[in-house]
Amino acid sequence: MIRLEHVSKVYKTSTRPALDDVSVEMEKGEFVFLIGPSGSGKSTFLRLLLREEVPTRGRVYVSNFDVAKMSRRRVPRLRQSIGCVFQDFRLLPTKTVAENVAFALEVIGKPRNTIVKVVPEVLQLVGLDGKEDRFPTELSGGEQQRVAIARAFVNRPLVLIADEPTGNLDPDTSQDIMLLLERINRTGTTVIMATHDHGIVDSMRRRVVELSYGKVVRDDARGVYGVGR
Amino acid sequence: MRTSFVFSEVITGLRRNVTMTIAMILTTAISLGLLGGGLLVVRMVDKMQANYAGKLEVSVLLTNDVSANDKDCTQQPCAGLRSQLEQTSGVETVVFQNRDEGFERFKRIFEAQPELLKLARPEAIPATFRVKLEDPERTDVIKQAFEGKPGVKGVDDQGKFLERFFEGLNGLRDVALILALIQAFAALLLISNTIQVSAFTRRVEVGIMRLVGATRWYTQLPFLIEAVVAGIIGSVTAVAGLVLFKAFFLDRITRNLTESGIIPPIGYLDILIVSPWLFLVAIVISATTGYVTLRLYVRL
Repeated sequence: MIRLEHVSKVYKTSTRPALDDVSVEMEKGEFVFLIGPSGSGKSTFLRLLLREEVPTRGRVYVSNFDVAKMSRRRVPRLRQSIGCVFQDFRLLPTKTVAENVAFALEVIGKPRNTIVKVVPEVLQLVGLDGKEDRFPTELSGGEQQRVAIARAFVNRPLVLIADEPTGNLDPDTSQDIMLLLERINRTGTTVIMATHDHGIVDSMRRRVVELSYGKVVRDDARGVYGVGR
Repeated sequence: MRTSFVFSEVITGLRRNVTMTIAMILTTAISLGLLGGGLLVVRMVDKMQANYAGKLEVSVLLTNDVSANDKDCTQQPCAGLRSQLEQTSGVETVVFQNRDEGFERFKRIFEAQPELLKLARPEAIPATFRVKLEDPERTDVIKQAFEGKPGVKGVDDQGKFLERFFEGLNGLRDVALILALIQAFAALLLISNTIQVSAFTRRVEVGIMRLVGATRWYTQLPFLIEAVVAGIIGSVTAVAGLVLFKAFFLDRITRNLTESGIIPPIGYLDILIVSPWLFLVAIVISATTGYVTLRLYVRL
């Protein structure tokens, strides 16, 4: 599903590589935590999968895309098969909940009759039915993140990338968001989540890949955040 | 491609940035208006050249003495001059026009200016040989051979006068085109700037679009169409400006000259013929500027 082979990434502005000879493989349907301190290379890892960056060395595969080598023209296809959620939600404040979700489909040219069918479905899945016509500012943080997840999932991606999705939320709300991500994972979607949240990682007991100074220092099938914690 | 989506984006974009949009439209309009003016002058010169091409003559003006005393050109030196002219190689026809006929012609040409006619006296009009050449360019031959001969007051070359007139018109055209170019440059910078501002105000939207896998066309087309729409509105404004300029200004100041047939009138048809070029220029320039800006300055 996702495979990195000896991937290194050096930014022009830095002498130390952001990723240093990383090789890792993730299967379809896996739930993987990507942990490590700030600057350990988590964001670079995720950006490589989305082809926001190109590796300096090594190869990146997502599904059947050879991400590092693919032509610019095919990048939209890759991104249509990956959903993204961020710490800061990134919703459009001038659009309602339903419009925010529909936007993701409109801009990739989905026909209107598909949109009016799938948007309510996905809003129900994330537990936002009845709030279709609210604006993001009228929602709580947890609800806003649910909208963002709905938008990321509405096109049924193969992979869902979540970059600190609970970073702005209180523990209870975070727990709800994790339940939602688990539910999405159960549909067969691979979920890769970068996080600093010890409690969540420890309670979920899923695969943990730890990065430090751009290297994979730990890869546990059912891990916790810190060894011996 | 969902056209309704793209167009709703375009309209929001133009509205969000309304002062810049107006500036962009006005600059484009002025630039295109000047370009249109230049093109109209070109058309006018072409028409005049066609009008005059077959009619250009060299006038051999006779002295006051001959003009007053020899109405039919039967005496010397008039009769001699006529046969000499007729025998000169390259001369097609020679027509003698005495003082009275000349005055009649003068009255016809300037009938629109009664003030001028009141002042004119037949005595001021010399009798004239109107010489038509096989090659209108070769007027120097006549000038050299006949200037200063007894009975000849002077040789008047219409071509030389017309050349000066065309030079004046061409100068006018050049000024209009240069101004159009400068304005076009300003319009270009404005278009580029507007797109950059527009892209900046929509960066969150565009970021999301890229992330969910919208193609380049989807992300960039609204910006391009925004520029092209402004360009088209600018060219419509320019054409309207030319029509108004003709109706309220040009017609009034050139009425005398056009009525007496000295210069051909500029009609609405001329504007109609010029305007597609203005539309085309507007579309090409705004689209190219938009595309280049998006490629160079905006990371979408």
